Amino acid sequence: MPRDDIRKLQYRLLKTLVYRLYSFSPFYHDRMRAAGVHPDDIRTLGDIRRLPFMVKNDLRDNYPDRIFVAGQEDLVRYHVSSGTTGKPTVVGYTQNDLNNWTASLARGLSSCGLGRGDVLQVSYGYGLFTGGLGLHYGAERIGTTVLPTSVGNTERQIELMQDLHTTAIACTPSYLLHIGEVAEKMGISIKNDTNLRIGILGAEPWSETMKTRIEEWLGIKAYNIYGTSELSGPMFCECTEQKGFHVWADLAYVEILDPGSGEQLPPGEQGEMVITMLQKEALPMIRFRIGDITSYDDEVCGCGRTHPRVHRISGRVDDMLIIRGINVFPSQIEYALMAIPEVGQHFMIEVDRKGALDDMLVKVEVRKEAFSDKITDLMAIRKNVEHRLRNTLNVAVNVELVDPGSLPRFEGKAKRVIDRRKI
Amino acid sequence: MEREKFIIRQISVFSENKPGRLAAIAKALQEEEINILAFSIAEADGFGVVRALVDKPRKAYEKLSGIGFNVAFTDVIAVQMKDIPGGLYEIARILGEGMINIEYCYAYSGKDAAVLILRVDDVDAAISTIMKGGGTLLESSLFQ
Amino acid sequence: MAMFWNEKIETLKGKDLERLQLKRLKLTLSRVESVGFYRQQLKQAGIRTGDIKTLDDIRKIPFTRKQDLRNGYPFGFIAVPLSKVARIHTTSGTTGKPTVVGYTRGDLESWAELIARNLTMVGLREGDIFQNMVNYGMFTGGLGFHYGAEKAGITVIPSATGNTRRQIEMIRDFGVTAVHCTPSYALHLAEVAEDLGVDLPTLRIGMFGAEPWSDAMRGELEARLGITAYDSYGLSELYGPGVAFECHERDGLHIWHDSYLVEIIDPATGEVLGPEEQGELVVTPLVKEAMPLLRYRTGDITMLLSDECPCGRAEKIARITGRSDDMLVIRGINVFPSQIEHVLLRIPEVGNQFMVYVDRINHLDEMTIEVETNRAHFSGELSDLSRIQKKVVKELRDTLELRTSVKLVEPGSLPRFEGKAKRVIDRRETI
Repeated sequence: MPRDDIRKLQYRLLKTLVYRLYSFSPFYHDRMRAAGVHPDDIRTLGDIRRLPFMVKNDLRDNYPDRIFVAGQEDLVRYHVSSGTTGKPTVVGYTQNDLNNWTASLARGLSSCGLGRGDVLQVSYGYGLFTGGLGLHYGAERIGTTVLPTSVGNTERQIELMQDLHTTAIACTPSYLLHIGEVAEKMGISIKNDTNLRIGILGAEPWSETMKTRIEEWLGIKAYNIYGTSELSGPMFCECTEQKGFHVWADLAYVEILDPGSGEQLPPGEQGEMVITMLQKEALPMIRFRIGDITSYDDEVCGCGRTHPRVHRISGRVDDMLIIRGINVFPSQIEYALMAIPEVGQHFMIEVDRKGALDDMLVKVEVRKEAFSDKITDLMAIRKNVEHRLRNTLNVAVNVELVDPGSLPRFEGKAKRVIDRRKI
Repeated sequence: MEREKFIIRQISVFSENKPGRLAAIAKALQEEEINILAFSIAEADGFGVVRALVDKPRKAYEKLSGIGFNVAFTDVIAVQMKDIPGGLYEIARILGEGMINIEYCYAYSGKDAAVLILRVDDVDAAISTIMKGGGTLLESSLFQ
Repeated sequence: MAMFWNEKIETLKGKDLERLQLKRLKLTLSRVESVGFYRQQLKQAGIRTGDIKTLDDIRKIPFTRKQDLRNGYPFGFIAVPLSKVARIHTTSGTTGKPTVVGYTRGDLESWAELIARNLTMVGLREGDIFQNMVNYGMFTGGLGFHYGAEKAGITVIPSATGNTRRQIEMIRDFGVTAVHCTPSYALHLAEVAEDLGVDLPTLRIGMFGAEPWSDAMRGELEARLGITAYDSYGLSELYGPGVAFECHERDGLHIWHDSYLVEIIDPATGEVLGPEEQGELVVTPLVKEAMPLLRYRTGDITMLLSDECPCGRAEKIARITGRSDDMLVIRGINVFPSQIEHVLLRIPEVGNQFMVYVDRINHLDEMTIEVETNRAHFSGELSDLSRIQKKVVKELRDTLELRTSVKLVEPGSLPRFEGKAKRVIDRRETI
């Protein structure tokens, strides 16, 4: 689509969106009023800058009635992602939302060379996590054979990859590295002994170096895929040029801002990404600050697509940790520990990359009253803490019990995270 | 070699966590007139390991294996402690300062002194650290 | 009140039904011609597909067993080019390798249609909110119900398994009206909800399957969760769940006669039994494209019911009462003792003898496996033993897709069997 037409379409979609939300969403209505903007003030695409931002907390604070625009009878699905203090972020979808999500991925997957005759192993988690079902629907749309392995059971994944002639895999980059390592232990070379040729990798930040390593070692092309549950799920994927993921301009409008001043930055400059979803119905997103740092490119892509590209995410605005693709906030851990009488609320988080997988160790103090000389009792406490943390965070963690009083105490801002990963 | 005489062969016996298993082990040792000098049990999920210093380790090994137990020899060292408050601290401090990691240990208190039996990951380093620190290591001939 | 998703087909009877079944059977026979196993099997039995002229002629065709599917691993039973396969599920085999089940786009449509019929039959429709509390991914229960509910226009919460508190929270927050899970998990959910002092006023329908359960259990679930509970039957080889389902009468399960041709046989002799006679369910799917099967022995014990159902739908089978083989159902997952043996053979640190104990603790199935430590691999270190124990747990989990407890016992302490081994002690009371 020519650039001019894209901009015209985007303006039209934005205008409709703003009118709709001003009329039907109490949240957006109040926000626009507070910012002194009326839908009539949006006269060009650039006027989007006059609209207020929204952040992750807005979703939780206003869930469900003030922010959902669709009625219950129009919702066909819910996904839920873990929240900072136990309360999760809820995303509802209308049929159109699912269609647009699937279409976005169908375009993205086609743009990196997948199609009929390919077998895609979807090794993202299925269920409430958007990764599994998102990729599943997108691949099904373009006629690719889908193998819904979900996560875990790595040896079986490798066996199926070989036996069922998998040509592409969708998972986190660190899980793919893990698969590569386990395969080598089994005496299987992904490069020589399988048909794997494409990796659709995302849900956690990963570097260009890691990409090169994966490509050379496993003999595949590794494509970056980007999204968050608020945007529907995994949404935008790199094309065969591998120079950033295409943000489909009819579905989303992307800005890169200086996180401090909020100024719009030109192509190539690093800043905070802000996304407006132009067609989302159930849970609309205007100028959503995801908190990711990156830059964008507005040149027409070598693949011929005219939609802008966004480069790899280089960092996070806040201190959120991404462990094996799952968002983890230190506050969640604190929240979970408070509910367990046997341990204190002081803790330290140490994140490592063991082999290819993120490994999170949480050190907690055992309360004096709970101490027992039976190893089994202590093991039971540790298991309980691990279990509770896993339930809250949706990611497996290791727990180490330490002596009361042995962890550092902080005055002012606590530094409870030691992240030793090198991406 | 100097170190050899300080290395003591402990027998380690696999045992399920259920009534009667310890009695079965003790009975077998009694039948062979084997004397137990030091003894401990470590437990895990559903099973445990019985550890003992005995006067006739080879014979104990053969007897227990013969009646179906899983038995192994493990090298440990024994350090004499003063049987007064602070006795353990003196030894533990030497090991701690020498950065010696203790995998497990157990102790007994005899007529003349108390003895600490240690399983460490680096036996040689432990022996030289204890000797340098002024500790007294017991020779294996005292036991076996 | 519209009670039917597809009334014409669901109530089809007599000559019209037979005509449709015969037409579809012939189509299935033409499909299996591209499967080497069937070409050979039919040739050996001296049958040409043209010889099948009536529905009863099906009895001339030999049975297909799970073992046959396993021998065909991976693509031996796929009747279409791989590029026409839209999805692949796998299900646990009797030993190491899984069984592969392929689906064309048409198969996915047909399967979703069957589930949509079931959901409509129990009274669900647009506006209902459905929480699907079974595993997604390779397990057919998750995606099967998901697609069917989506087709029927019902809001889906793909909650999958685990984290019972969150499941309860979601049922409350979203006003969930229907759930799908194993009956034992439903009981666990009820208990946790009671412990939390939470009631679930919006919930009205529970659909339970993947493991056998009793009418007493139904009564308990209905009372404690305030729902009407329906039995769901299916197996991956026949698509997945949705093959047969209870209607409002809850007196037997309607097995979709336009899609599955049903026989009940004596598992010992293979002789076909009449209505109200208990035996093994044998199914010939009539609409499967990617993986057509002929006379597939399900291993499930049931019978055909002869009463007409007041709901107007046809053919019903009784609730499953047992198995004709040694398969165990643990938390909805099928386990064969031969799989356990296969895993232990691969681990040199433990012996090959084992015992399996199945208990129900807090309404959840727990499987404990006792294995002997191996003299040659005993180091005397507790940590090495723990490592071995963990290794066995992990290998079992990878193969069975199931968490088990492993107990290490002394060498020679487990019973040895001459003749038929009785390695499984199932201490669960019937649920």
